[in-house]
Amino acid sequence: MATNSRLEVLKTYKIYIGGQFPRTESGRTYIATNAKGDSLANVCLSSRKDFRDAVGSARGAFGGWSGRAAFNRGQILYRIAEMLEGRKAQFIEELMKQDATKVNAEKEVNLSIERLIYYSGWCDKYQQIFSSVNPVASSHFNFSVLEPMGVVAAIAPQDTSLIGLVSIMAPIIAGGNTCVISASETKPLCAVTFAEVLNSSDLPGGVVNILTGKVAELLPFFADHMDVNATCYSEKDAASIKMIKEKAALNVKRVILYENKKWITVETQSPYFINDFQEVKTTWHPIENIGGGKVGY
Amino acid sequence: MAKKNNTLKLKFDSSRNLAPAPESKSVAKIAERYELFINGKFEKPSSKKYFDTINPATEEKLSSIAEANNADVNKAVVAARNAYEKGWKKTSPKERAKYIYRIARIIQEKARELAVIETLDGGKPIRESRDFDVPTAANHFFYYAGWADKLEYAFPNRNPQPLGVAGQIIPWNFPLLMAAWKIAPALATGNTVVLKPAETTSLTALKLAEIIQEADLPPGVVNIITGAGATGAALVNHNDINKIAFTGSTDVGKIIQKAIAGTNKKATLELGGKAANIIFDDAPLDQAVEGVINGIFFNQGHVCCAGSRLFVQESVYKIVLQKLKDRMESLILGDPLDKNTDIGAINSKQQLEVINKYLKIGQQEGAEMFQSSCAIPKKGFYCRPTIFTNVAQSNRIAQEEIFGPVLSIQTFRTEDEVIEKANNTPFGLSAGVWTDKGSKIFNMTSKLRAGVIWANTYNKFDPTSPFGGYKESGFGREGGLHGLSAYLKM
Repeated sequence: MATNSRLEVLKTYKIYIGGQFPRTESGRTYIATNAKGDSLANVCLSSRKDFRDAVGSARGAFGGWSGRAAFNRGQILYRIAEMLEGRKAQFIEELMKQDATKVNAEKEVNLSIERLIYYSGWCDKYQQIFSSVNPVASSHFNFSVLEPMGVVAAIAPQDTSLIGLVSIMAPIIAGGNTCVISASETKPLCAVTFAEVLNSSDLPGGVVNILTGKVAELLPFFADHMDVNATCYSEKDAASIKMIKEKAALNVKRVILYENKKWITVETQSPYFINDFQEVKTTWHPIENIGGGKVGY
Repeated sequence: MAKKNNTLKLKFDSSRNLAPAPESKSVAKIAERYELFINGKFEKPSSKKYFDTINPATEEKLSSIAEANNADVNKAVVAARNAYEKGWKKTSPKERAKYIYRIARIIQEKARELAVIETLDGGKPIRESRDFDVPTAANHFFYYAGWADKLEYAFPNRNPQPLGVAGQIIPWNFPLLMAAWKIAPALATGNTVVLKPAETTSLTALKLAEIIQEADLPPGVVNIITGAGATGAALVNHNDINKIAFTGSTDVGKIIQKAIAGTNKKATLELGGKAANIIFDDAPLDQAVEGVINGIFFNQGHVCCAGSRLFVQESVYKIVLQKLKDRMESLILGDPLDKNTDIGAINSKQQLEVINKYLKIGQQEGAEMFQSSCAIPKKGFYCRPTIFTNVAQSNRIAQEEIFGPVLSIQTFRTEDEVIEKANNTPFGLSAGVWTDKGSKIFNMTSKLRAGVIWANTYNKFDPTSPFGGYKESGFGREGGLHGLSAYLKM
């Protein structure tokens, strides 16, 4: 070893709960590797209790986040894009460590930034696309608006490290939901680094919580937790889908499935992805109708 | 005894003895026996079994209804599949619309008969079936008919396509109206239908089958099969169904959600509720009391969105309670066919037992029960309008859906407190708010976690107005533009 060489400082990849970076309470880790099997990092093997803590944080953050002005949510999503832009090089390097070519890594990071900006813009616009004033036959003013479902538990698309996670997360939080997301099991590095981006983006703690670990271990909890309003899953595995839907019935959870989506293309972004995580609320109020007065000009 | 207060104590006992004003039954043509409506024809069930449908107000038998078994369900699904593949999905949207308009018009023409049969079979006051159920059902068909050739405007940048065969299961509280809510949007979007009405209220659905025949709808586009839970389960589990639409209890909804987990069937669930109806001290109290009465006693409280939890701001609690009791004393309970009747018969003996069980539970839990003093007819299933005071948030009568004329009353001091209490339930179907202050209305309506919020009104419905719940009250919407997406893939 040359005397003037510098020893690299390795990063500890931790999970992200309530705006903090704890290690898993279980003390367990697994080794993330590249395709050749080279060890890349020790990554937290999150447990059921980590998930429970994350749901608690997400629930706690829901009132504040859903109550923010739509404009403000848009600003924060834009801020996330800014922070990601500033750390582009780090993400490209991590993607390349996880077997991406330089060209593809650059493309993935660029698209992730652009997707965040895309959904940032939708924050104060989708409501006008999907809401309605309903012309009821009685003397009432009646309108329907979208409201977020609440706490969403999502398994990030497993085939990508960054763009899948961003593509799922952005429409969920743009619509005022809070979430717990499980990272790609085989490519977890960018998810943790992205949590660091989120943490420096004025996003309130708890709005997005990111866990790493084994999907097969975590999935049942994502589907059966009684304080989760919706579960999102993007893989094709039929047995897992059946299990999610069965467990979802415990509290009539909404199940949002994205099969065969190519997140690296621009076709996988639209306000309908925001709509997928929204409830419709209809409000009625009487209109006074006294004396039969006519509209005058 | 009511305590003395400053409001005038109204005396109804003598002045409210109105002469009987019964609607004539002669308009209702009810056959002795009804078969299954499959592929455009009325067919005998392969089960060879029939069950009785009775008038819950008199316990007299009205007719025999065919019981569909697995083979019958299969026949109906095959008919619906053939009708879908061979004709309906290729029928031009504007022609589809014209069929649906026809159905709407014939319902309007037969409104009187349908109203009388609805009341005979289900026990609801004729005033409600005549002025609400039947006209709203016709309007629903009329509304969705118009959507059939306009779907591309409802979903910009999408290419909406029908799902295929829809299996639809409806409850006994609004039999014809629920059939309309289910069938109209399904047909408008190009799907075909197998519908199962509830076993205690099959008649108006079968009358609708006759109307559908009269409208010349192609055979198999709508099939109506009758039976109880087993028939419904066979429909849910049939592997050639693309969509399940269910309205009923949360318990059954969960079973259905689980049962179809391993399939690609889409689902809409419209389930139970335990709605909060909230009165602030600045509300117009007489209107609010009228709204509370309508909210819980409409259709004997057999309403999923019934305002069954009343929250009254402490400062007006006493006066609201007194007004409520006074108004309850003026409600007329009795023959559902009488045009003056406010409270008709409980839909079935079984449901009356459920309600009576909760009346016992409420008292055992320490709540105080008050019932109006009206007389109960000797025959038939009836329950006096009932309120409970001194109710705790954790009491079962405050947490569980009773589906009867039973109101639990709690008090509150601040907006934050009542929001917390109102939302503290697994349900989220509807809620009501009464206040004269606009900014308070919007604070409340935006913070209550429920799909339908009535402000200074209650229990209003319209074909253009999306209806459906949050949380364990189900998912998907019925009514309005939003009701279309439940029957489309995009």
